[in-house]
Amino acid sequence: MGLANDLNFYLTLSGMLFAIGTFGFLARRNAISMLMSIELMLNAVNLAIVAFGAFIPSLQLDGAIIALMVMAVAAAEATVGLAIVIAIFRNRKTPLVDEYDAMRR
Amino acid sequence: MRAWLYLIAAAVAGAIVTTPALIVLILLGGSFDDALVAGLATLMIAAGIAVVSMRDIIRCGLAMIVCFLSLAGLYVSLGAPMVAAAQVIVYIGAISVLILFAIMLTQEKVGSARLTFQTQAAPAAIAAIVIAVLVSVAAFGTSWGEVSEHIRSATVYVAHALFQNYVLVLEAVGVLLLAAVIGGVFLAKREKGA
Repeated sequence: MGLANDLNFYLTLSGMLFAIGTFGFLARRNAISMLMSIELMLNAVNLAIVAFGAFIPSLQLDGAIIALMVMAVAAAEATVGLAIVIAIFRNRKTPLVDEYDAMRR
Repeated sequence: MRAWLYLIAAAVAGAIVTTPALIVLILLGGSFDDALVAGLATLMIAAGIAVVSMRDIIRCGLAMIVCFLSLAGLYVSLGAPMVAAAQVIVYIGAISVLILFAIMLTQEKVGSARLTFQTQAAPAAIAAIVIAVLVSVAAFGTSWGEVSEHIRSATVYVAHALFQNYVLVLEAVGVLLLAAVIGGVFLAKREKGA
């Protein structure tokens, strides 16, 4: 059968990891947990990209390069996101997102 | 007493990870590569579930490191060693450490005993399962054209492509990263008098 040589296996794996990240983003209350879930989703997409690069000959090098670019953008996103969380925490003294309700009152 | 509990937990976790690998290797007659990929995939999914479901957020961060490490192993088995090295350096070395520091800066003393999930956790779980099923159905239902056996992309070719065809993209990403770091420092810096 060849699990290691099956593109669909890797795509399914990537879909499962993406779903786990979606669940974490929708369900967790802690802002940093939500950021971690976003990292999981970005990694799932990266796995799909690398799998396409490994199995489809016309995408061979593009896959690796797009994955590297996604990593750099993810690093930028994590920097800004965590800085925003720290700035909000300094004002509101809580990391829980459902207590950030200043614009609803 | 507690040490024994930790040992038993470690043994159970190891069994969960190695069982699919052994099933693939022995029962389904896969090669050693297949068993390795099955073990890494199980470890990745288990660590991912631990990230989104554990109560102690420091442990969530450590489980995230395990998840990224097994993902790097999957990249190696996919024949992309450059991406795997970047995964270890960027995600485990930089982003995870950044997240762990942010956790230490933002946790309140009494907060950990309270509720972990929002009230919408059950609909979120249903939506996540629907997404996973949809993605796998779409993946199996699509014909991807000419799918070959594994291509291994040597790092020297990746470097040539990166610094010849894609050099503009590389520079743009560098500027973006610089802007993001400066913006992050600006956002997180303490206001004067606050």
